[in-house]
Amino acid sequence: MNDWIDVLIVVIKVLVAFGIMMVATLLLIWAERKVLADMQNRIGPQRAGPFGLLQSLADGIKLFFKEPILPTRAEKTVFLLAPILALIPALLMFLVVPIGRPFFIGDREITLQAMDLNVGLLFVLAVSSMAVYAVVLAGWSSGSKYPLLGGVRATAQAISYEAALGLALVPVVIYEGTLSISELVEGQAGKAFGFPAWNIILLPSFVFFLVAAIAETNRAPFDLVEAENELVGGFHTEYSGLRFALFFLAEYINIFTMSALTATIFLGGWNGPTWDGSLPASITWIFPIVWFLLKTSAIVFVFFWVRATLPRLRYDQLMELGWKRLIPATLIWMILMAVAQAVDEFGLPWA
Amino acid sequence: MGVIRIFAKGLAVTFRQMFRPRVTTSYPQEKRVKPQRFHGRHVLNRHPDGMEKCIGCELCAGVCPARCIYVRGADNPPEEPVSPGERYGFIYEINMLRCIFCGLCVEACPTEAITMTQLFEMSVTERDDAIYTRDELLVNPDGSPNHPQPDGPLIDLEELTIADGWMRATASSGRAAYEGIPGWTPSAGVGLRPPEQGQAPGPDQDAGAE
Repeated sequence: MNDWIDVLIVVIKVLVAFGIMMVATLLLIWAERKVLADMQNRIGPQRAGPFGLLQSLADGIKLFFKEPILPTRAEKTVFLLAPILALIPALLMFLVVPIGRPFFIGDREITLQAMDLNVGLLFVLAVSSMAVYAVVLAGWSSGSKYPLLGGVRATAQAISYEAALGLALVPVVIYEGTLSISELVEGQAGKAFGFPAWNIILLPSFVFFLVAAIAETNRAPFDLVEAENELVGGFHTEYSGLRFALFFLAEYINIFTMSALTATIFLGGWNGPTWDGSLPASITWIFPIVWFLLKTSAIVFVFFWVRATLPRLRYDQLMELGWKRLIPATLIWMILMAVAQAVDEFGLPWA
Repeated sequence: MGVIRIFAKGLAVTFRQMFRPRVTTSYPQEKRVKPQRFHGRHVLNRHPDGMEKCIGCELCAGVCPARCIYVRGADNPPEEPVSPGERYGFIYEINMLRCIFCGLCVEACPTEAITMTQLFEMSVTERDDAIYTRDELLVNPDGSPNHPQPDGPLIDLEELTIADGWMRATASSGRAAYEGIPGWTPSAGVGLRPPEQGQAPGPDQDAGAE
């Protein structure tokens, strides 16, 4: 009896998460175009729907009806598989992010998180590094030189920044003592020294993680993989129609998920004032979700802002930033945090 | 640290731009004000009494560098003359696909019959439609331009009142002493168009003073 209810709950959660990601993608594409337009003194999409909100829906429908071209020199199986491979990790990653406070129906606790893994952070790192396979395979299987170059770049970029992404998270894990994302959020509840007890106090970690996340999602200024003015379209040059739409979808879901993760790990997730005592419970449940979405939007805005500001890095600059600056910096910061934590726990060795 | 400062500076620039006015106009809901001497679509004007100004002299066709004007004159029927002169423009066609909007036809016209409006929306779906005939070029007796979509959102009838910017920008005979004195005839629907001011050099920048 209870078993199928549990299964049902999980199914509903996954469906809701899927819906959130689709809607978020539509809004994100619109928001990106609007923000970029604002920063370039333009207006941006405004014709489709109110404020142009339906623009990305219209674009999606257009892509849906376009002819999917299969290049004759493409490796057919891999070529067809790659867009799906791109989408799966993107969809999986969001499932571990808690979007709100757990609530109770009867005595059953329902977390607003599709799966509460005790190794959530490891799962995120593992899945996010899988996304690069899609890019590499897409570039390789297209049977054309520009996608191949994009794929080769993706390999090097992913390896360089994957390390930094993981290392940036180690101090957080040392500090919080947990890999579970829901426990991370709980650890950031309440206040410390009059400020919200967010992990943003690990500021270097936050910055390193954000830089690595931008590189990991192949966004400007690290969008060498699809560098339009060098590689035509990069890895997706040969893709058209729905298959291209899948890549596009994956990219924006990745942005959303990375922003949600950054907000969850460093900005306290859904923590925030909920006015539990003074307002009825039927209203207060919405506040954690609102806080979560606000924090996520702020990080998403940073993604767009950086894209509007910075020119694309050169390939050697990308490598230099990754290997010579980011990774040593994260390592030093990690050692410092480890020493500080050890001193905190065991005292000074000579004391 | 220098890198961070430069980085922050760049971010500040883009952020500041968000609050600056937009350069894009939402055409066709908003239209930009066009310069007075804008070279747009031609019209054939009428005298205030409704007579056509064109006398079929073919000077416009002769001067046209793109060879896009085709005119044939004919004698005015004595009972109901079309123009005040001896002859009138019996056939008048302009191929807008060939026209380069140089305005030489306007300069060549001895009777100010052909002038350029600020109308510029002339897209057509068939090539033949791009050839404007006499009926389409002639203004209506009330002075409004003939337009394929008279009720469309694109047409602005007000723009006919500034349909001869070139003429008004040039003082009679090109002499500054005549500035402000109209040297042209009134048109149907508009009357005598006022001259454009500020053509002659001002008192402190008088060209021939020294």
